[in-house]
Amino acid sequence: MEKLLEVNNLHVSFDTYGGEVQAVRGVTFDLKRGETLAIVGESGSGKSVTTKALMQLIPKPPGRIKEGEILFEGRDIAKMNEKQMQKIRGKEMSMIFQDPMTSLNPTMKVGNQIMEGLIKHQKMNKSQARKRVVELLELVGIPDPENRIKQYPHQFSGGMRQRVVVAIALACNPKLLIADEPTTALDVTIQAQILELMKDIQKKTDSATIFITHDLGVVANVADRVAVMYAGKIVEVGTVDDIFYNPKHPYTWGLLGSMPSLDSEDEELYAIPGSPPDLLDPPKGDAFAARNDYAMKIDLEEEPPMFKVSDTHYAATWLLHENAPDMDPPEMVKKRMKGMANMSSSSSEGDRV
Amino acid sequence: MSQEKLVEIKNLKQHFKTGRHSVVKAVDGLNFDIYKGETFGLVGESGCGKSTTGRTIIRLYDATDGEVIFDGEDVHGKKDRSELKRFNREMQMIFQDPYASLNPRMKVEDIIAEGMDIHGLASNDKERKARVHDLLETVGLNKEHANRYPHEFSGGQRQRIGIARALAVDPSFIIADEPISALDVSIQAQVVNLLKKLQEEKGLTYLFIAHDLSMVKYISDRIGVMYFGKMVELATADDLYNHPIHPYTQSLLSAIPLPDPDYERSRERFTYDPNNHDTSEEPEFREVRPGHFVLCTTKEFEHYKKEHGVVNQ
Repeated sequence: MEKLLEVNNLHVSFDTYGGEVQAVRGVTFDLKRGETLAIVGESGSGKSVTTKALMQLIPKPPGRIKEGEILFEGRDIAKMNEKQMQKIRGKEMSMIFQDPMTSLNPTMKVGNQIMEGLIKHQKMNKSQARKRVVELLELVGIPDPENRIKQYPHQFSGGMRQRVVVAIALACNPKLLIADEPTTALDVTIQAQILELMKDIQKKTDSATIFITHDLGVVANVADRVAVMYAGKIVEVGTVDDIFYNPKHPYTWGLLGSMPSLDSEDEELYAIPGSPPDLLDPPKGDAFAARNDYAMKIDLEEEPPMFKVSDTHYAATWLLHENAPDMDPPEMVKKRMKGMANMSSSSSEGDRV
Repeated sequence: MSQEKLVEIKNLKQHFKTGRHSVVKAVDGLNFDIYKGETFGLVGESGCGKSTTGRTIIRLYDATDGEVIFDGEDVHGKKDRSELKRFNREMQMIFQDPYASLNPRMKVEDIIAEGMDIHGLASNDKERKARVHDLLETVGLNKEHANRYPHEFSGGQRQRIGIARALAVDPSFIIADEPISALDVSIQAQVVNLLKKLQEEKGLTYLFIAHDLSMVKYISDRIGVMYFGKMVELATADDLYNHPIHPYTQSLLSAIPLPDPDYERSRERFTYDPNNHDTSEEPEFREVRPGHFVLCTTKEFEHYKKEHGVVNQ
């Protein structure tokens, strides 16, 4: 598959009165056409900032892209001006926001909100656009679209509003769809419907999706590949099976261990102690070291590079260094790794890349 | 967990007038008991009335009809000030949003000690301080935090302050209304572990209201599933997850994504259609398996029993 997006060594900082907050500190990843990449991590790990940078939605000032390039079909987005960006935003890449209650304009009829992009980007006239809107609403599963386009957002339920947001994002057949916690505000049954809808549409249109969430259940459901972010960096990246069945980074262990599975009994959840570091003054060495039960001396001194576990799987932890002692992940995580027999021993040492 | 009832909820109704002729029946005839020392989980989708139930039990709303019996005494009965005070000490609440439930203009010390002041639990300033420091340590914060304001804390820390505030008056029953929904996954685990530890140490009874079903399953002994103001199924946590009987519970369980890609690839979702029910009579709450109750009509009851019931030996 061809690469649609390549992000190289992206740094995003915010200048505040307290100093420079380094929200994203060197993120590198790529995305192929038709692929779904899930970015997981705690609040403040930089996952939203990364994706906002992709669309140049970071308010400047105080934010700025300090370093790095964002190659979208070979063009560097980080260097584009606002005028060039406007041609891309909503047309070639679009975004689904978290809260369907606030991301629609309450004073505009739903139909007009969806039409906006069509008229601007596709140069449609009003009646063509209206026709397309009805099609789109049918596609996202809103019954009686002819009448619904004349209604205002408050006349829609939360799930229906999120469908409208999805319809707006899909209006111009974008090549890249960024979904920032699209289902967090919704009930499980509605969440299931929206996820099915998004997967279905992706199959039909072959668009690539970046999916931000902290719900690992949702990740397991939608993702082809997963990137785990911590303190502004990607600490582990791999296919969905790599991450769930063969996780290597202690932070990934912590995330997986802190979610009860439905068959877990009375054992205590593995909670990551403490809270994420202050990115105003990022710690020396591995940013996760202070909360890491498996931290070694070197973690406090030097930052681990990305170690290669397999062709698809990379993790930034010194535990993968050839001289590192063998560490057993917590019980909760080991249980998840069922069926992967070659786990515990030799394969835990990777090659340095 | 004993079989002694701490809270009995009998035919509880909470209706809200929304206009001259329209009434929202947020809670419509609930019956269940909460035993001493257990965690009772209440789940359902938004708008099913689970939060209203919690708030009515603690008398934040006046019930439209029905009774809440706490330790043999009707909560909604007529009470004078001192009786009400005594009752308020026994029952406390932890709220969903740790950003909205702490007064931003009060110091943590005063937030936690407010209940103690009202109930006169600390005789002097020194004792008050010592109790607050104790409580902060119990919930995993330290005593330096007492002089700070809520905005200086993260979501997880604020929720800990909320828990400390609830514990300050030594309650026996705590209603936790979505206490972890606003928190990050790793912080959720910290708070859940803390709640479990406190329950063991102090013999607390919890009513745990949530929509995150895997967390509810993990923390609860028994679970009630609500749908449109009614309880449709009630069972022990394991039984509910292994043998969901009511079609709504089945659809709810089938919709939860689990952090397991293999399971996700094969998961099939059922949709619940309320029109498929037998409408020949008003459904009642009946015991299909031992300790496992389902809202159903006589016909459905026979059917469920055949399909899910335990065979008599």
